[in-house]
Amino acid sequence: MRLGHPFEAMISRNIEKVRAINRRYANPRLVLSPAVRASLLCLRLYLIFLVVLLAYKFITLVIH
Amino acid sequence: MNWITKIYYQARRSWKALAVYFMIAGPGLIVMVADNDAGGITTYAVTGAKYGYSLIWFLILLGPVAYFVQEMTVRLGAVTKRGHAEAIFDGFGPFWGWFSLIDLMFLDWLTLITEFIGMTAALKIFGIPGWVTVTVVCSLMGFMVVNGRYWTWEKIALMFCAVNLIYVPGAFIVHPSVKDLVVQGLIPHFQGGFNGEMFFFLMANIGTTIAPWMLFFQQSSVVDKGLKEKDIFFGKIDTFMGAIATVAVAVFVVIVTGTVLNGVNIDDAGQASKLIMQTHHYAGEFMAIGLFDSGFLGAICISIASSWAFGEVFGWAHSLNNRIREAPWFYLNYFITLISAGIIVLIPGAPLVLITLFVQVVAVTLLPAALVFLILLLNDKKTMGEYANTPVLNIVNGGIVAIIIALSTLYGISTLFPDMFG
Repeated sequence: MRLGHPFEAMISRNIEKVRAINRRYANPRLVLSPAVRASLLCLRLYLIFLVVLLAYKFITLVIH
Repeated sequence: MNWITKIYYQARRSWKALAVYFMIAGPGLIVMVADNDAGGITTYAVTGAKYGYSLIWFLILLGPVAYFVQEMTVRLGAVTKRGHAEAIFDGFGPFWGWFSLIDLMFLDWLTLITEFIGMTAALKIFGIPGWVTVTVVCSLMGFMVVNGRYWTWEKIALMFCAVNLIYVPGAFIVHPSVKDLVVQGLIPHFQGGFNGEMFFFLMANIGTTIAPWMLFFQQSSVVDKGLKEKDIFFGKIDTFMGAIATVAVAVFVVIVTGTVLNGVNIDDAGQASKLIMQTHHYAGEFMAIGLFDSGFLGAICISIASSWAFGEVFGWAHSLNNRIREAPWFYLNYFITLISAGIIVLIPGAPLVLITLFVQVVAVTLLPAALVFLILLLNDKKTMGEYANTPVLNIVNGGIVAIIIALSTLYGISTLFPDMFG
């Protein structure tokens, strides 16, 4: 229990740090104009496409 | 008398401008020369062996591509005084911020492994075992940062950039035909026609031109060096000179392998060095030394790029001007990334080929996002003011970014599905 204490403290400190970062940047400074929104949407779709492709490759590798 | 005075003042002005340039030069030159990392040198060596001089014109075209993308990081860094990771958090919120940061960390670590693969392969040619290479490289890179001065780090890095020009004498040793160089190399054409294999090689060469770490590295480097808006002009010249250097190195590698190994199928630059040594001993040795140097340059930039990004976001002290006790987390990140990547290469049976291929796939998950964010941030007139992208720059940069995204994505996918292009 004693040995785990510093580790737990470090983890909780880091989680709090991550939360603080999320709070600090919660409101994006850039004005989300339609063009910016469209670009971000395209990026999300692009990443989903890549993830699906990677998953497909992984599954076909496992099956074969 | 009047003309003597004019010449004197003109000379004085030029001398002062040159002095300012040398003070500001560094980030652009380093990032561009380091762009020709171990993976890049392998790509150029294989391209030269496969297609001779015939793609030199294409490599020359990649110079402006690299310049236009990288000069945006100079403006963004000098105006906002923020690295790219912090700028993404600030501009687009935590989701894209964490995505970029974690992806960058993972990608940099994988790329660092490929740099160690290149360095150990290069020095094995001289009979130096892998563990010695890894130990010496880690120690040398530790030495570069322990004195706590950005200036020292930068000057040592520039020295290694100069070593990268070793391919130039290498090319002279193999006596290429100048006529063939001009006819085959400078007139745009596709030797053997444009087919799937040619397309793969073009994609591979574009893929090595812009890597995600380069954007993060140069912007953070500009901030750490303390460049201001008034320095942007010289920062751009620095980047331009770097673009010339990176193209020159790529062209001279192609000249060496295109002259000696034309038509020979090779897998990597290490193999190319050994084969060249059979007929041109010094040219082969220069190729191996250059390969080591390229891996080393890539390693010093990539490891520091991750540390800068984490330091910016977590608010740690994150300058190379800080000593280790002043910025412990920054240097801890630096050394952990570096040493762990080195150890992976030494593990017997580690899947190094798989890692090398996987780097391309992971790169295409981050590169489009980082490039799109760069363009959007450069269009934020409220922050960038007169340094924002003009409509003409938007068309040029937007076109370049669109082409890079399309081709690097196809390259990444072709790594997953090798039969895609025949």
